[in-house]
Amino acid sequence: MTTIEIDHTSRWFGNVVAVNDVSMTVGPGVTGLLGPNGAGKSTLINMMAGFLAPSTGTVTLDGRPIWRNEAVYREIGIVPEREAMYDFLTGYEFVVANAELQGLGNAEAQKALATVEMEYAQDRKISTYSKGMRQRVKMASALVHEPSVLLLDEPFNGMDPRQRMQLMELLRQMGAEGRTVLFSSHILEEVEQLASHIEVIVAGRHAASGDFRKIRRLMTDRPHRYLVRSSDDRALAAALIADPSTAGIEVDPGERALRIQAVDFGRFTELLPKVAREHGIRLLTVSPSDESLESVFSYLVAA
Amino acid sequence: MYDPTVARLTYRALLGRRRAAILFVLPALLVAIAFAVRVLTGSDDQVASDVLGGFAIATMVPLIGVIAGTGAIGPEIDDGSIVYLLAKPVKRPTIIFTKLIVAIAVTMVFSALPTLIAGLILNGNGQQIAVAYTVAALVASIAYSALFLLLGTVSRHAVVFGLVYALVWEALFGTLVPGARTLSVQQWSLAVAEKVGGAGAITSDVGLPTATVLLAAVTVVATWYAGQKLRTLKLAGEE
Repeated sequence: MTTIEIDHTSRWFGNVVAVNDVSMTVGPGVTGLLGPNGAGKSTLINMMAGFLAPSTGTVTLDGRPIWRNEAVYREIGIVPEREAMYDFLTGYEFVVANAELQGLGNAEAQKALATVEMEYAQDRKISTYSKGMRQRVKMASALVHEPSVLLLDEPFNGMDPRQRMQLMELLRQMGAEGRTVLFSSHILEEVEQLASHIEVIVAGRHAASGDFRKIRRLMTDRPHRYLVRSSDDRALAAALIADPSTAGIEVDPGERALRIQAVDFGRFTELLPKVAREHGIRLLTVSPSDESLESVFSYLVAA
Repeated sequence: MYDPTVARLTYRALLGRRRAAILFVLPALLVAIAFAVRVLTGSDDQVASDVLGGFAIATMVPLIGVIAGTGAIGPEIDDGSIVYLLAKPVKRPTIIFTKLIVAIAVTMVFSALPTLIAGLILNGNGQQIAVAYTVAALVASIAYSALFLLLGTVSRHAVVFGLVYALVWEALFGTLVPGARTLSVQQWSLAVAEKVGGAGAITSDVGLPTATVLLAAVTVVATWYAGQKLRTLKLAGEE
């Protein structure tokens, strides 16, 4: 049982606050760290990985401080987001070097390469690897000492769907073995598929924490806004407002469009085309006007 | 204190980069100059001393030192790959010390060895000139490596600062401003060479005891400080 405890931790760079008074406990199982780009996820992971000192607060591994304590790396494995990784070595040489630095040898390196299914390309130079292959070799280098904690910064970036599923399966397995696995992502679906527990970071703040179902509900139950243009805006508006899934409609003469606020996302998406067909109205534009991840997250923060 | 894996990675990184070409070009240039001078002027102790002191010690050794010293750690910090060393239960001073050893070895091989060869070509080691300058190059290799390794650890512009130090401070101020010469690795190493060479063949502005103390102090302090800096190296400034 290995637990990372973040206690009232902030980190700022000059005038910029990257992480703002965050407290969370990351325990065994798979935890997803979700947030838009620039939210402070990497800063938080870097503090958990001991690469960055907290400006205030503490980050500990089973009660021991992580910053300036290289002994923790016997228990922590890190998969950094950055690409750079001794490109002049072969995958095998790279993982062996990582094993040796952990006091281990070729056997462990070979095992780690087998775990990520990279044996077939292990004798090629890393510089010739695709992004997904690099990601897997990085993973092997982090797994070589069978750490009880695994930290991954945006591990699915640049992976194709098959590789993604493979890595997800591996992480799931590690979580099931009782290891503490934390990965960051800005994509809700990724986190939802893999993590049983989600921590949401928005603009450096800890916005939400808990079960993915709870967070999903928070995200889908929020009012959705759409911009709709059709062959007969007013008739469409009249027909839509009769249904409880629509909370409000505004006729925007400037845009020559309707601004619709839907409260029941699922129902509204089925309703709109049906109503249009029944009334013989042609839909010209249907665009969600606040679907950006940032707006989803800012809704979460307000909730 | 010494980690063979760190050493292996450092050697391969140092010699595998394009920058490493300079490591081969400068010594080749020195030997070529020595050969040309010997053919044109014949064997002359003063000329030999001028070439070795003016090009080998004043220019080539510091430049090789910059390449090897900063190159042993700077690129890894720049591209972030040092995270694979830092995410290991390896003491930070061990990483620095190992990289220092590698930088010293590379600087010695690529500066002291060609200096010896050039010296032998120039005057066949008359008045011990070849050996004396080789010793100077060996001694300077240690101090430069430590100094530039520190620079590579603390600054992203280590090569530029290193070149400014090597070329402007050592080569320019060192010859113009007397005070600057006292604080110059070049002069310290020449003080050692002075003892080795024949009487009057080599001169330094610094006495041997001062030079020895300063050489040792610079090496030890720079290495210690680099170890400290690496312990608190902040990798993440991107966000």
